[in-house]
Amino acid sequence: MDSLDLIVNIAAATLRLGTPLILAAMAGLLSLQVGQVNIGLEGLMLAGAFTVVAVGFATQSVLVGLLAAIVVGMLLAAVFTLVVTRLKANLIIAGLALNLLVSGGTAYLLSVLFGTSGTFSPPDLESLPSLYIPGLSDLPVLGRLLFSFSPLVYMSWLAVPLVAIFLYRTVPGLHIRAIGQNEEAARSVGIPVRARQYLALMLGGALCGLAGAHLAVGDLALFREDMTAGRGFIALAAVYFAAGRPGFSALACLLFGLFEAVQFRLQLASSTPPQFFQMLPYLMVVVTLALISARKEWRKGWS
Amino acid sequence: MSFLELRGIRKTYPGVLANDDISLHVEAGEIHGLVGENGAGKSTLMKLLYGMEQPDAGEIRLNGKRVMIANPQDAIRLGIGMVHQHFQLVPSLTVAENIALGAEPRYGPFLNRFRLRRQVQALSEQFGLQVDPNALVSDLPVGLQQRVEILKMLYRNARLLILDEPSAVLTPQEVESLFGVLRRLVAGGCTAIFITHKLYEIMALCTRATVLRRGRVVGTVQTVDTTPSEIARLMVGHEVEAPVITEAPADGRRRPRLEVRNLQITSGSRRATQIDLTVFGGEILGIAGVEGNGQQELVEALIGVADGVSGEVLLDGESITRVPTRTRRERGLALIPEDRQTEGLSKAMAIWENLSAGDYYQQAQGLGVLPLGQMRAMAAGLLNRFDIRATDERVGVGTLSGGNAQKVVIARELMRDPSVLVAVQPTRGLDIGAAGFVQEQLLRLRGAGVGVLLISADLDELLALSDRIAVLFNGRIVAQFPRAAATREQIGLAMAGKTMSENIL
Ligand SMILES: Nc1ncnc2c1ncn2[C@@H]1O[C@H](COP(=O)(O)OP(=O)(O)OP(=O)(O)O)[C@@H](O)[C@H]1O
Ligand SMILES: [Mg+2]
Repeated sequence: MDSLDLIVNIAAATLRLGTPLILAAMAGLLSLQVGQVNIGLEGLMLAGAFTVVAVGFATQSVLVGLLAAIVVGMLLAAVFTLVVTRLKANLIIAGLALNLLVSGGTAYLLSVLFGTSGTFSPPDLESLPSLYIPGLSDLPVLGRLLFSFSPLVYMSWLAVPLVAIFLYRTVPGLHIRAIGQNEEAARSVGIPVRARQYLALMLGGALCGLAGAHLAVGDLALFREDMTAGRGFIALAAVYFAAGRPGFSALACLLFGLFEAVQFRLQLASSTPPQFFQMLPYLMVVVTLALISARKEWRKGWS
Repeated sequence: MSFLELRGIRKTYPGVLANDDISLHVEAGEIHGLVGENGAGKSTLMKLLYGMEQPDAGEIRLNGKRVMIANPQDAIRLGIGMVHQHFQLVPSLTVAENIALGAEPRYGPFLNRFRLRRQVQALSEQFGLQVDPNALVSDLPVGLQQRVEILKMLYRNARLLILDEPSAVLTPQEVESLFGVLRRLVAGGCTAIFITHKLYEIMALCTRATVLRRGRVVGTVQTVDTTPSEIARLMVGHEVEAPVITEAPADGRRRPRLEVRNLQITSGSRRATQIDLTVFGGEILGIAGVEGNGQQELVEALIGVADGVSGEVLLDGESITRVPTRTRRERGLALIPEDRQTEGLSKAMAIWENLSAGDYYQQAQGLGVLPLGQMRAMAAGLLNRFDIRATDERVGVGTLSGGNAQKVVIARELMRDPSVLVAVQPTRGLDIGAAGFVQEQLLRLRGAGVGVLLISADLDELLALSDRIAVLFNGRIVAQFPRAAATREQIGLAMAGKTMSENIL
């Protein structure tokens, strides 16, 4: 394998691995902007992953599974909104509860519905078909980097400008930002605060459903317990270090996707226990976050 | 028939009767003053009128018709607008976005920025209220933020304007311009309710004024038939005396307590600041200046929370430049910060917890256990001593009226017997009784040899209390006056950046 090939491989893997992160990051961004940071992204994604496989298997249609994942994501997000707004539950506790609930719930359903534990890989469930445009997809480098992915990858690229336009150009988006900064002010000018909170968080739920679906049926077609592996938190970290800006958040997600892609390569090429390499991307996130905040401090002190 | 009529309004909060059988008429085209001590129930009454709270009993009539105001939307629909005691703006949005928030021009789901800008420009020309529609609200000084709040009401075609202590945050010049604006609006057909603690403002602006005391109306007066001291007597129920200023203590006790030498702050986007000043024991050094000319930077450097500070700060002759805030406080530095809501208090905590914040650790017994009972008892004592009106010391600070909240801060800082007190706008939002109380406390400290640095935008207060007045402009002390030589005009000129060499002490 020559080095161009290696680079293209890693780049393509980066885009694939970045996809669920970008989708989840957009959900996290919406929740941050409306002032109800959702640390339950992890749970919402996992629910999406389970639903797409379970419903897809039951209906023999990945597409129906995908729609179901979106619906489940939105429903769970609606419950989360109810709990943190009307019932005034603590954001952190509600988010953690959501994660635990879905993690336990999917494991339970896995054994009750399908009689297995660990991994469920329905033999006759297809993964999402990859794009194939004759000619374009056959191009040597561009073909593999632009025209060879499953539809959810493209959807994640689309989600970033759409979320940006929604937040910064539409009236509901303006309301969402206003609520996040000063809920009392929003209320005092008659903005329907509750409705906007549901909107922002349920849109996020839909995005997380898609993110989870990509994990489950983007490449392969399987569900594994806790297969989200902390990606919800990584996505949230990306949003924070991009200071809530959509484009930068997506770039930060791709950076993590790159760490992950490289990690896989290293794992293949070495005899060190794989857990060591699996740890690396997360370590890189911590290091990057630390460096960024150190830089901010440094600037404050000297410039 | 009155334009607005309130009949028998009653509102209770847990343990507090905030409004009790309030009846009140406001005639079309008048500016109606509403005065009363801190906690008298003024803001509560206005929140009922604006639909932010619901009355337990009573009715509201507009033009003779009974109206129900269940939420701010209803109020806006009825032509009622309100500038809140604490501004209701979204800092990261632009001026235009804030003005139109909740009633934006749109096409489809999209914000129509073009029309929005035109509307705001037209509005600001129509009423002579200059603003830059594209500026971020977070970049605006308070005076302009208030202008945005007023435009917000006008954008919604409000006919009844409620202004809850609008002048508390303004400089004298800004107050004058606010009065001009209000007079123009009233001449144009609006009616206004104006809340303030400064009685001369009532005399200058209002035709009539209603006085509240402990949730009840104690009288409505025609301003032409009355005097400020008469209103003050109604407000508190007895005669009010201005604090008496004694002569400065003999020179022997005048040693420097706080010295600031060549202080520069070079952090982030902050303006470079270079300040030299000395506060002697037994004196009040007033710092005049338009807000945003380095006051905040100076305070942050003094208490030790600023980054990028160079120069030197001496407390009783010892350098504290590189000493952490806790140690500074232990050595006798006390602070009454500008914003009690965010810097002075923890709104989520009880009064007694707020009162022990800052030195609770000194009371810890073996193994770090805090003597809670003792701390609470001490707080109860302070409640009495500083006349903080609350059911008891366990009440959450967040529910206190503005004035009572400020008294909690002052009680905490003064009980520590400081050697230097930095007081930033200590009487902002306080009623005359409470303001007089605070001023007496400052004078008492001065008499006891404490050095007091009084930073204020209120020239009258500075002129009344300070032994010397220094003017801060553009991050520098541009002039200093001894009290005898200070005039409003000279200080005003210096505040605008016009130095005259003969003013330098
Ligand atoms: N949300 C609340 N919960 C409980 N008590 C409250 C609440 N809001 C106000 N109060 C109490 O109601 C009383 C009236 O408060 P209000 O804010 O109306 O006073 P005010 O006249 O505006 O005083 P100030 O001049 O200090 O602003 C006070 O005793 C206050 O502590
Ligand atoms: Mg008030």
